[in-house]
Parts: sequence; structure tokens; C-alpha cells
Amino acid sequence: MSGVLVIFFLLAALAVLGAVSLILQSHPIHSALSLILVMVSLAGLYLLMGREFIAAVQIIVYGGAVMVLFIFVIMLLNAGVEERTNFSKLATFGGIPLALALGGIIAAAIARSTSQLPATGEAALSSTRKLSMLLFSEFVYPFELTSFLILVAILGAIVLAQREN
Amino acid sequence: LHHDADFAGGGSEAVSEILAKYGFLIVPIVKVAILVFVVLTLDAYLTWLERKVIAHIQARWGPYRVGPHGLLQPLADGVKFILKEDPMPTGVDKKAYFFAPFLTLMLALTSLAVIPFGPDITIFGYTTNFGIADVNISLLVLFAITALGVYGIALAGWGSNSKYSLLGGLRSSAQMISYELALTLSVVGVLLIAGDFSLKHIVEKQAGDLGLLSWNIVGLSKGGGGFTQIIGCICFFIAAIAETNRVPFDLPEAESELVAGFHTEYASMKFAMFFIGEYTSMIAVSSLFTILFFGGWLSPFPASWILTHYLPSVMLVPLGLWVIFDGIRYETIFGRLILPGVGMVFTLLGVALFFSPTVNELIQGPFWFFAKVGAVLFFYIWMRATLPRFRYDQLMDFGWKFLLPVSIANVVLTSAVIMWRMK
Repeated sequence: MSGVLVIFFLLAALAVLGAVSLILQSHPIHSALSLILVMVSLAGLYLLMGREFIAAVQIIVYGGAVMVLFIFVIMLLNAGVEERTNFSKLATFGGIPLALALGGIIAAAIARSTSQLPATGEAALSSTRKLSMLLFSEFVYPFELTSFLILVAILGAIVLAQREN
Repeated sequence: LHHDADFAGGGSEAVSEILAKYGFLIVPIVKVAILVFVVLTLDAYLTWLERKVIAHIQARWGPYRVGPHGLLQPLADGVKFILKEDPMPTGVDKKAYFFAPFLTLMLALTSLAVIPFGPDITIFGYTTNFGIADVNISLLVLFAITALGVYGIALAGWGSNSKYSLLGGLRSSAQMISYELALTLSVVGVLLIAGDFSLKHIVEKQAGDLGLLSWNIVGLSKGGGGFTQIIGCICFFIAAIAETNRVPFDLPEAESELVAGFHTEYASMKFAMFFIGEYTSMIAVSSLFTILFFGGWLSPFPASWILTHYLPSVMLVPLGLWVIFDGIRYETIFGRLILPGVGMVFTLLGVALFFSPTVNELIQGPFWFFAKVGAVLFFYIWMRATLPRFRYDQLMDFGWKFLLPVSIANVVLTSAVIMWRMK
């Protein structure tokens, strides 16, 4: 069990490191690369929980397709180094207290939850087949609604691209 | 002294005991070492084969100076890569510039870890899979690695601070996004038939009494569970060539327009890393193609044809004899010494295989696997020597308006056939 814990903390540390670096980097491409690190470490965490399909999809969709699009757009626009401003008044009086409050609420919620997560490995959702069974039976309406939403987004993109002609 | 006889017999017992205890640790390390060695050598000789085949197609000789038939050319190239100066252009983004070749090579080599090269083998009573990792989602792992592979090229193009590199990187990202969809959708048919993401099970599912007719490309089997995947096969092959940036989809490195595309600003070992990465991913894609559509390590003959098991040795002997015959009348003395020696080794190996059935059974799987992969790689090189490069708009039109709809149609067709059979 300790080996699993070590890997968990390693991946968690990598994810947090990537997230912090995402904010602190001044160049958009470096920020995007940090975000990829976060995505891949999250995939590792999913794998650790025995959800291999979700892990692979996390890398293929988020680590691959979505982030490639980010990087592609940043490269295409040739975005330069961002200018860094000092803390504005809004950030000092609105942002920091709100961030602290949010962090406190999440920490309290985690501290209060005593229920164990379902056992890993041979759990109900462990196999890809069971996951797809659930997706296409119990959760078929949310699933279809999501695909409809994506279809609308595609149509919107086409309409926007065609408007000039 | 009287323990000597025991020692010989006890040796293998000791080995199996150690394997039973520490096998989970030793075996993967040994396998990784062997695979990296084999693949890097294969990469080196793939460059030799490519230059030789293209040269012969164009009625030239190809490499001929270093070693007999230019066989030591890869070695000379390797020495050159190590000794060359490695200049760095000004204004590069150092993180991206240094990370990109490393990432490309690492991902390409990692992708080989989940490929099964043969059926499970048992050595000294220790059974293990013929490959590094036997993952139950190996196909998805491969796609995940392919998805990340874009970053190597995109970062190299962006980080080099050069217009040619940037254009190459942009083209490559766009191309890989477009063709990844078709690549993924073209294997869905195979997945529907196999009902599994594991490459090992996909191959095992193609085993049948009909030999090569049971492979997914034909899809005949006694149970009638298969359906021909020829459409998926063609879509996959085209998309795979685009994903590996090879001719006719080599726009990212189109040398007549972009100097060398994304790796224009790289020299020495960093360039070699891109090069090795490209050839390794070629091998990985050919292996995947073989596994998905051509039965992986399965023999093309029905399993009941025992005589075909001697095919590897029967093919090795004439090959060895031909190399001896060719070597005796070679121009240089070095060649006259080396080539007959190599031929002799081939011939003896063939004869040895003929008379040792256990080893012969062991190499059946890998032999057919590498024979098929070799044929696919030859096809790759053949295409490079034959086809002209696409124009950029043709590339995009072809990917989105032809390849994607056809692979979706294949998914619909295959699922319809499977549904109809289930009734």
C-alpha cells in the first residue's frame, strides 16, 4: 500500500506544481505546457484508482486534442510574453479573500467527509465494458445531451467561419 | 568432482528458482534492454534500407563505400552525429528547444512497450508475455502516446526561433489533429469485432483454421464472428502515414519549401534524436497495423500445416548460400572476407533451426511478426520513392472530406453487420 501512496503523492505534487507553474509562467506556451503536465498527472491519478479507460481518455482528449489546439492557436497568433502588473485593488480586496474563503470551504468539506471512497481495482466501474454499459443505459440521456451540445458548438463554429462569405 | 553432473542439471533449476522469486523484477529489465538494443539497431538499418531501396528504384547504387554493400554506413552516420558541432541559434526558447527532441524520442520508444511481438513464452518454467507490458488497454495507450507526440514537433518548430521551423511545426500540428480522428475511427471496426482494447486479444481473436483468411483484413472465420475490415485497413494506413509525417504527407519537413521544416535548426545528436524518433514511430505504427489487420504474430497458413513451421529455416538457408555466393566475387577484400562469413552464419542458423524443434516453435511468432512489419516498412519506403507530396489544401480536403467520412461509414457498416448477425 505504501508504494501506491508514494506514487499518489508524487503525481499529486506534479499536478500542483504544474498548476502553480501555469499561473506563474509569463509565456503562454510555457503556461500551456504546464497545463499538459497537470492533465497527464491527473491521468496518472486515475490510473492509480484503477480507472484505466478514464486515464487514457484524459490523455487522448485533454492532454492531446484540447491542448494541441491551445498550443496551435498560441503559435498561430504568435503571442508574446505577457506583461505582469502588480496587484490591482480588485485583486487585493476582492480576489484574495474570496480565494481564501473558497480554499477554506473545500478544506472543510474534505476534512468533514469520513466516508471511504469505493474500493479500487475490481470496483464496479473498473472495466471499460461496464463503464460503457452504464453510459448507454443508465446515463444515456445526459450522454446524448452532451453530444448534442458538442454538435451545436461545431455548427456554431461553422456558421462563424462562413459569415465572411 | 562428483558434483559436476549435478551442477549442469541443477543450473537450470537454480535459474528457474531465481526467476520464480525475482522474475517480476529481472525479466522486465532484460526485456527493456533487449528491445531498446534491437529497435535502435533496426532504426539504423532502416535508414540503410531506405537509401538502398530508393536508390535502386531510381536506378542508382545507394550507399556502397562504407563496408560491403554500404552495410557499415549506419555506423559511420552514428559516429558523424556524435562528433558533429551542435550550434544553437540565437533567440531560441531554451526550454522548448531542448525538451522537444527528448520528448519525441521518449514517446516513440515508449509506444513500443505495449506492443506484443509474439504469443506468451515460457523460459525455465517462467511464463511471460512477448513484449514489455501486457496492458488491457494497450491500444488506448498507443493512441494516448500518439496524441502527445504532436508536442515534440510543435515545440521544436516554435522554440527554434526560425520561420521555416515555425511553419513546419504549425503544419504538423494541423495535420496531426486532422488525421488523428480518422486514425482512431478506422480501428473502431476492429474493436467491435474483438470486443477488447488489448492488442494481444485482438491478435488471438484473428486465429482460425483458415490461416490468413481469418485475419481482420479478410475476416472469414469458422464461427462467422468476423467481417472484412479492408476499408478500415486502408483508412488506417493512410492516416498512419500522415501521423508519422512520411511521404506523401511530409509537408512539415518539405525540404523544397521549408529547408527541413521543424528540425531545420537542429544539428548533431539532437537532430539524430528526431531521426531515431521518426523511424521508431514508423516501426511502432507498422507493428500496430500488422496487429490490427494482418493477424500480428499468426502464421498465414492454417495451424494444421505442420510443414510450414520449417519455413523460417528453409528461407534462411538459401539466403545464407546466396550471401556466400555474392560475397566470393565481391570487389573488395574486406567484403570477400565478411560476406561469406555472414552467409555461413545464416546457413548454419537455418540448419540448426531445422534440427531443434523447440527453438523453431519459439521463433514462429516473432518470425511472422517481423516478416509482416518488414513488408509494411518496405511499402512505406516504396511509397516515398513513388509518390509526390500533397499540396496543403489537398491534404486538409482529403483528411476531412474523404478519410473521416469513410472511416465513420466503416464503423456504421461494421456495427450494422454485427447487429444483424446477433439477431
